[in-house]
Parts: sequence; C-alpha cells; structure tokens
Amino acid sequence: MSESAPSTAEARRLAEEARARVRFEEEALELSDQVYRVARRLVGTREEAEDLVQQTYERAFRSWRQFTPGTNMRAWLLRILTNLNIDRGRRQQRSPQTTSLDTEAGVYFLYNKLEAQSPDGADEDRVLERLSQDSIVDALAEVPHDFRDVLVLVDIGDFSYADAAQILDIPIGTVMSRLHRGRRILKKNLADTVVPT
Amino acid sequence: MIDWCEKCEELMQPFLDGVLSHDDVVQAERHLGKCTWCAKRYRFEERLRHYVRVATIEPMSAELKQKLAALRTPL
Repeated sequence: MSESAPSTAEARRLAEEARARVRFEEEALELSDQVYRVARRLVGTREEAEDLVQQTYERAFRSWRQFTPGTNMRAWLLRILTNLNIDRGRRQQRSPQTTSLDTEAGVYFLYNKLEAQSPDGADEDRVLERLSQDSIVDALAEVPHDFRDVLVLVDIGDFSYADAAQILDIPIGTVMSRLHRGRRILKKNLADTVVPT
Repeated sequence: MIDWCEKCEELMQPFLDGVLSHDDVVQAERHLGKCTWCAKRYRFEERLRHYVRVATIEPMSAELKQKLAALRTPL
C-alpha cells in the first residue's frame, strides 16, 4: 500500500468535512439578506454596507471551523461584522454630540408632540402618518453610533438583549441602558425633523 | 399610593420587548385595560417600532448577492 494514499478513514473524514463546509456556507448565504439589513443601518452608505458584508463573508468562510454548529449563526456573522466595522475606523467617524435634552425628553415626547399637531384627536396610525420613510432613516442615522448599534441589532435585527451583548462584547445592562437612551434619542430626532417647532 | 400611569410608562419598553416578569405583565395589562391614556401611548409605541422596522428596509443588490455566492468553496 502506498504511503501517500489516504486511508479510507481519512478519505471519509475529508469528505465529511467538505460536506460540513458546504452546509455552513449555504446556511450563511441564506442569512445574507438579514445580515445586510442590519449592516445597512450600522453604516452611513450603501457602498460601505456592501463592502462590510462582503468582508464579513470572506472572513466567515475563512474561519468557518470556529463556528459551533447548532449555535446562532446570524449572531456569529454579526459579531464578525461589528468587529470589522470597528476595525475600519468607525470610531473616528463624526459622532453627533448629545445634549442634555436627549435624556430629559420623556418617553412620550414624540407622541405628545405629534398628537398636539393633530388636534382632531387622531388615532395612533394617523399620528404616525406624519412621519415619512426618509425622516425615519435620517433620524436613525443621526443617533450616535454606540446607541444606534444596539438599537439596530434589537429593533431592526430582532436580536435579544443577550445576543446584542455578545455581538458587541458589552454587558447586558449596557445593552439595556443604551437601547433605552437610543430609543429616546431616535424619537427626539424624529420630533425635531418631522415636526418643526 | 402607586401612580399606575407612571408605573406603566416605566414598564412600557420592557413590556414591548417581552422581558417583563409575569407579575409585571399582569399588572401592566390590567392597567392598560382600564386606562385609555396609557393604552393609546402603548399602541403608538408598538406601531412606531413596526414603522421604523419597515421604513429602514433596503434590499440587498443582486450584484452583492452574486459576489457573496462566488465566495463559496468550489466543489
């Protein structure tokens, strides 16, 4: 028997590994719409989001052995993506200053403001119709990134607090406080942009 | 004495996130059933979340999809 010929067991192992790799790649690609959707709101432009998603998949496919089958692949991919985003120097990007009003604005700030402009006692849907799609996208983009990351993962990406904490490598309590603050800032931004004072 | 509207405001976000304890959910729902002021604001918040989710969807381009598919290991 030739020494270079792989044993049957080795050939079987290689075949099994190749199948596992194909399964991994297919599963990851099925999640690409969801990964892109989150990426698009973590960064400012479509081009940046596309670059980021492509780099994420390149890295994920290279390090596929590090993924534990049966765990949350979407969270695993987003962890790679957020790390890449930080590596890309996102921290140097413009981060709007938050004013004290951001935290002082109450939970019902936006509602009260919109309702005040609809004196006919409009219902919730009618009140919401005053918000355009563009104004929502702009208002979200203006949320400082630390808060926006959590907001995007939980409210747009549907991740749990625990997943968001793992993806961003921050304590769960920080996820909750940033989410709380981020939602208030978003509503404050919406109130500012949509309803002129 | 507990101000239920104030309590309701405090519980709204965790309530909508589905992370409240069973007892708090029961308390919040009891109050929401009786208080139209709070119920209106809860519905607004719920609708707003949905609105934000829908408004921020931007489909991935076919080009990117192709590029990602091309990253697969050749069989």
